[in-house]
Amino acid sequence: MRDKLLRLENVSRSFGAVEVLSPLSLEISRGEFVAVVGPSGCGKTTLLNLLSGHDRPSSGAIRREGRARMVYQTSGLFPWLTVAENIRLGLRQVGGEAERAGQVREMITLIGMGGFEGHYPHQLSGGMRQRVELARALAGETDLLLLDEPFSALDYLTRLRMRQELARMLRERPRTVVLVTHDIEEAAQLADRVIVFSERPARVRRELRLAAPRPRDLTHPEVVDAVHRILIEMGLEKNAENALVS
Amino acid sequence: MSARLKASLIIKMAVEKDPPKKSLWSALVLLAALALWAALAALEVFPASAFPSPLDAGRGFIEEVRSGRLINDLIASLFRVTAGFALAVGLGLPLGLWLGNRGRAQLALLPAINFFRNLSPLAWIPFAILWFGIGDPPAIFLIFMASFFPIVLATMAAVASVPAVYYRVARDYGFADLELLTQVTLPAIAPQVITALRVTAGMAWVVVVAAEMIAGRDGLGFAIWDARNGLRMDLLVVGMAVIGVIGVVIDRLLVQLTQIPSVRWGYER
Repeated sequence: MRDKLLRLENVSRSFGAVEVLSPLSLEISRGEFVAVVGPSGCGKTTLLNLLSGHDRPSSGAIRREGRARMVYQTSGLFPWLTVAENIRLGLRQVGGEAERAGQVREMITLIGMGGFEGHYPHQLSGGMRQRVELARALAGETDLLLLDEPFSALDYLTRLRMRQELARMLRERPRTVVLVTHDIEEAAQLADRVIVFSERPARVRRELRLAAPRPRDLTHPEVVDAVHRILIEMGLEKNAENALVS
Repeated sequence: MSARLKASLIIKMAVEKDPPKKSLWSALVLLAALALWAALAALEVFPASAFPSPLDAGRGFIEEVRSGRLINDLIASLFRVTAGFALAVGLGLPLGLWLGNRGRAQLALLPAINFFRNLSPLAWIPFAILWFGIGDPPAIFLIFMASFFPIVLATMAAVASVPAVYYRVARDYGFADLELLTQVTLPAIAPQVITALRVTAGMAWVVVVAAEMIAGRDGLGFAIWDARNGLRMDLLVVGMAVIGVIGVVIDRLLVQLTQIPSVRWGYER
């Protein structure tokens, strides 16, 4: 049995009279990749803020072990630091200077950005910036990675490439991941478990598990099937008989 | 030679080709202005006593340098600007930093700060003389009054506009309070503050001349006033030219701050 890294018990969040998250219970195991999809404005980001500790629930309890890091939709890279210096932020808790330098080099190789160590974020393309952001979050010893629509600002092809990159990086450096996205394909391709949220106030409409090992292709039958089921759940596709029996 | 090195050399050559061309144009414009001045003087559009020629001004310049007066005035003015400006930055920057994320203090102080910022520092001249007499102190006071309030406002606005995401990232990565200030807030506001310093230094330089005209016994402003009283229009032109050139030099020096690699992001987007 795998241990639970994250446990939510009847967690809700309201802002004034507006209930954003209706009581939600959720357990996430160590090493698991959970994606949360739902219509925009449904409270997905609120959930991430609760998980990261930036926000507190109105009721219920959150139990989290270890350190969490968030990757934001808009660039959270510090524009006054170079690529290498930004990644080094992720290694602040790591021992000696020499070890840090070695790990920075390792991360830069991992994201395939050798030669760009001394570049500043504004000199990079959107895809490159997002890769640096992932590298910074993955550097050092973090337990939980929280991704808030990390690829939504990128064009479609770059987004596909970034999914592959993320899956590859997670194979090298396994982490527990919670990905919040409105990109259903992204969720189905990357996650072990997809949670479909309803409109606000958010509650779990459906939970899907994907058994195929990661990384997977976008056109893997199980991914295609999961996309289909999620779309049906959200009322965007109708022909239920097209689904595979699983 | 690798292709990459070659490419970077080509870029470098292209870049280096550009500036000489630009400076050639600006030199031509300056020469044209000089020629226009000489022509107006030669044509005697205004009487010669009220419109010295470039040659008169050149002779006046040599005279002023030889007597040592020009250097003395220059040092006096530069000292006053430096002192007043340093005081304004030293007090205004911390106040702006403090006000930046304090909504209530901002609401309380903003009207007063705006009032003083919109009040011409020259209006303080009579009080400056009454309180501080003649010489360095009134001029330093006036320069302080001219630069302090804009620096506070610019710093405050810069702090208030730092994206919240930077502070959240800093929290995720375990920054302590002091590190938030030195490693997030200060670098995040640096480009805007540098721009504000440039604008304010220009204002301070304008004010010192005005202050010395009335409340000084030396300095470039006093030199101009003195030349006017002695009907030495050639020396007046010398003073004007030096003031203009030094103003440009000060700005060029401050522009160097914008070349620091870690602030370039603020100017290149």
